[in-house]
Amino acid sequence: MNVVETHGLTKNFVVYERNGLIRRTREVRTAVADVSFSVAAGEMVGYVGPNGAGKSTTVKILTGILVPDAGTCSVAGFVPHKRRLELARRIGVVFGQRSNLWWDLPLIESFDLLRHLYRVDHQKHQANLDECVERLALEDVLKTPVRQLSLGQRMRGELTAALLHGPTVLFLDEPTIGLDVVSKAAVRDFLADLNRDRNTTVLLTTHDLDDIERLCKRLLIIDHGTVIYDGGLNELRDEYEPYRTLVVDLVTSGSPLAIDGAETVKVDGPRQWLRFHRDRYSASELINRVGEVAEIRDLTIEEPDIESVVAKIYTRQT
Amino acid sequence: MLLDAHLILAGFRSYATYRAATIAGLFTNIVFGFLRGAILLAAIRQAGDIGGYSTTDALAYVWLTQGLIAVIAIWNWNELALRIESGDIATDLTRPIDPQRYWLARDFGRAAYALCIRGIGPVAVGFVLFDVTVPPDVWQWMSFVVSVALAVWISFGLRFIVNLAPIWLRDWRGALIVSNVLATLMSGFLMPIAWFPHWARVVMHALPWAGTTQAPIDVFLGKASGPSGIATIGLQAAWGFALFVCGRFALIAGTRKLVVHGG
Repeated sequence: MNVVETHGLTKNFVVYERNGLIRRTREVRTAVADVSFSVAAGEMVGYVGPNGAGKSTTVKILTGILVPDAGTCSVAGFVPHKRRLELARRIGVVFGQRSNLWWDLPLIESFDLLRHLYRVDHQKHQANLDECVERLALEDVLKTPVRQLSLGQRMRGELTAALLHGPTVLFLDEPTIGLDVVSKAAVRDFLADLNRDRNTTVLLTTHDLDDIERLCKRLLIIDHGTVIYDGGLNELRDEYEPYRTLVVDLVTSGSPLAIDGAETVKVDGPRQWLRFHRDRYSASELINRVGEVAEIRDLTIEEPDIESVVAKIYTRQT
Repeated sequence: MLLDAHLILAGFRSYATYRAATIAGLFTNIVFGFLRGAILLAAIRQAGDIGGYSTTDALAYVWLTQGLIAVIAIWNWNELALRIESGDIATDLTRPIDPQRYWLARDFGRAAYALCIRGIGPVAVGFVLFDVTVPPDVWQWMSFVVSVALAVWISFGLRFIVNLAPIWLRDWRGALIVSNVLATLMSGFLMPIAWFPHWARVVMHALPWAGTTQAPIDVFLGKASGPSGIATIGLQAAWGFALFVCGRFALIAGTRKLVVHGG
């Protein structure tokens, strides 16, 4: 069953530009153009794209904040902008650059207020809260006013706030922005557990492709308002960056290895880098070939990192 | 209702965090109470009772209006406008509550906190130090309390609409300035509406701003009592409701047009 579905979703913004003292021109800019995709229950999908690509606009349409100009969408069975209040009880939203908490109140009071806002039964609230507090290590900061929390603490608080009512879909818009490696790891582990244990559907918007690589099997790439890729991470690599690199440390330094079907792209003393197409050779085959012509002391295989693959796609689009 | 009570309490507690600002505001309100009191007394001593205001009425008027400043907050409230401008309104819209109801409850919490210190403080100072007019019976006191609550509702209604301006206007601060000027002139804060010429009085009493300041004062001083008291409070309720409905339409129109930039 699909929890999120969009067909031909389009959103335009009108921008006025001043030309001279009084005159101004009206320009319609398309933020999202004909976006169609669906997300099945329990799926965790990464939604990426360069700045201004239309990611956040899509999330805002899906959460009912913005009204689309064309196309249809449904989330948890609701048309978001028509049934925003009912939908709000079914979804959790974290905007990494905004806060869902009350700036002036201690964290625990924000959570308590959310219980009343979402009309959550006290026992269910307490159980969800206890779980989040334990997994996200929030115990020590529950009584601290939100404005005094560090970014990492606040983000863990935001995640808790988005989950206390037990949403079936979670929209995360850059939840790890600005976090240090430890906090990022804590948030990622938590999200992975959440998806596994509660089968919560997650649409994760981010610039941090490590988030996607660790959490999502499926990736949607949007650019200039249009979805340009929808598929698995491995397929993405195969399609856009089919080359891998074998790095070998030979026993002795020598001239670049000449292996049919592989290109020696770099030599540094006894270390050599051989670039090969994944369809031409398996890694073990190439290692055997190298072993036939030189004695190997050590080796590693370098996969193209997803960041460079996506960067390539962004660049191709512009 | 329980939810509204929690939101009111949260509003109260949010504002209660800023104690130094509260004390500074209280001090300012008291100092200006003395200044305004001196000016009004000087005028009355020169001209005799003006617009039916005796010396004790004028002093009650000054200290009550000083106490009402923070409670009704007719000037400069821009919390919602700033959230729309920054895009933080997006998070408000992901909650399962109507934004107007949310902000109204929060505003009653704000007003309740303001009443406790910046409301009662100047009134206590003025009423202890000076000979002022005080309601003769408990009904008048109760009518005054109702009138103040309605004043907060009207004030919120006006502020809510002005604070939605950034949805349509990039330079919404201009709208806020106009709103401040109108509130100052038309509410009866600058001087009692009774001191204006007849034609101006008729217009000002009919407009919503009078309901934020002059109406509670008239009820307190007994200038609106019996049928005229009921009419005054009735008009306040009517304006509170009308502004709430206008705010609702503005919000519906605004959420269709809303643009949230960045992130």
